[in-house]
Amino acid sequence: MLKTRKSGFLLLLLFLLFLVIGINAGEVTVVWEKAVNVCLACIGIG
Amino acid sequence: MWVLRRWIQAAATVLSNAYLLFPFTRNIYQGKLKSMCVPGLNCYSCPAATGACPLGSLQTVLATVRPSLKAGNMHIGLYVLGILGITGSLVGRMPCAWVCPFGLLQEMLHKIPSRKIEIPHWMIYIKYGFLALFVILLPLLVVDGLGYGITWFCKYVCPAGTLEAGIPMLFLQPQLRELAGWLYIHKIAILFVFLALMVFIRRPFCRTVCPLGAIYSFFNKASIFRMVHHPDRCVLCKECYNHCPMGVKFYEGANQPDCIRCLKCMQESCKFGAISYEIAGLPAKGEKGTSAETP
Repeated sequence: MLKTRKSGFLLLLLFLLFLVIGINAGEVTVVWEKAVNVCLACIGIG
Repeated sequence: MWVLRRWIQAAATVLSNAYLLFPFTRNIYQGKLKSMCVPGLNCYSCPAATGACPLGSLQTVLATVRPSLKAGNMHIGLYVLGILGITGSLVGRMPCAWVCPFGLLQEMLHKIPSRKIEIPHWMIYIKYGFLALFVILLPLLVVDGLGYGITWFCKYVCPAGTLEAGIPMLFLQPQLRELAGWLYIHKIAILFVFLALMVFIRRPFCRTVCPLGAIYSFFNKASIFRMVHHPDRCVLCKECYNHCPMGVKFYEGANQPDCIRCLKCMQESCKFGAISYEIAGLPAKGEKGTSAETP
């Protein structure tokens, strides 16, 4: 059981690291720029 | 618990689509919240959407990874993967049951009285193909002369995008109607096929196609919140399977990839206490222990 508990927290730490690196790299702006413009592909005409 | 889940599903749907000024602006929300990915499948081109779709965002980053790297920007999707991974590490596939608007729609349509059909088990693996091909490989590898790919899943498959954005945006922006052609018809057809299937099949989109559910499913075995099966108490009555919105045979093992942790089996189906959950290895309140768990 201890192993399972550890794996969940290790994964959490790993993805927290991903998140921090992504934020520092400026990916938040990439997501925002895509999300605030109408996605023609999503609508089915792009 | 079942009523509570319905309320949380409804609240999540409203919060994910809380921009109510769109009838006046005739456009989508463009505020800062749009930089945050919501945990469920909710198209960011929905006029009322307040957040970004994690699946659309992931495809976008992958489709533009080459020009980004060429320009010296390390935009390789770590922000979106981080959000998905944190959610998955904490609760596995639970967002599908509790906060996904498209999941709620599927459950509501399945309530329509009709003959119910079960899908073959192998079909649940199709979604991993959609994830690998339409979300990762095609956006990454099929690029134009400048190195830009496209969001293949959004463009050719996603019925949530058609329902939440495709139909409303054509009402709001009449100039878009002239651009709607065969692709629009194709996407409308996919939407209506799934809407029909939802009446007869339990969550057909989640189980066979949804790449977001496929991503979360990878975390089910290792997440901090986990389901527990007590074989010593289980009488194999299969009531958990009969009531499961995902058609999971819980008695064959806890934390299967398609378990969305709705807790319906635990709360409503099992009369023998054979199903419980644990958080960080600690059994839920009232449970004796987790030593009897089926892996």
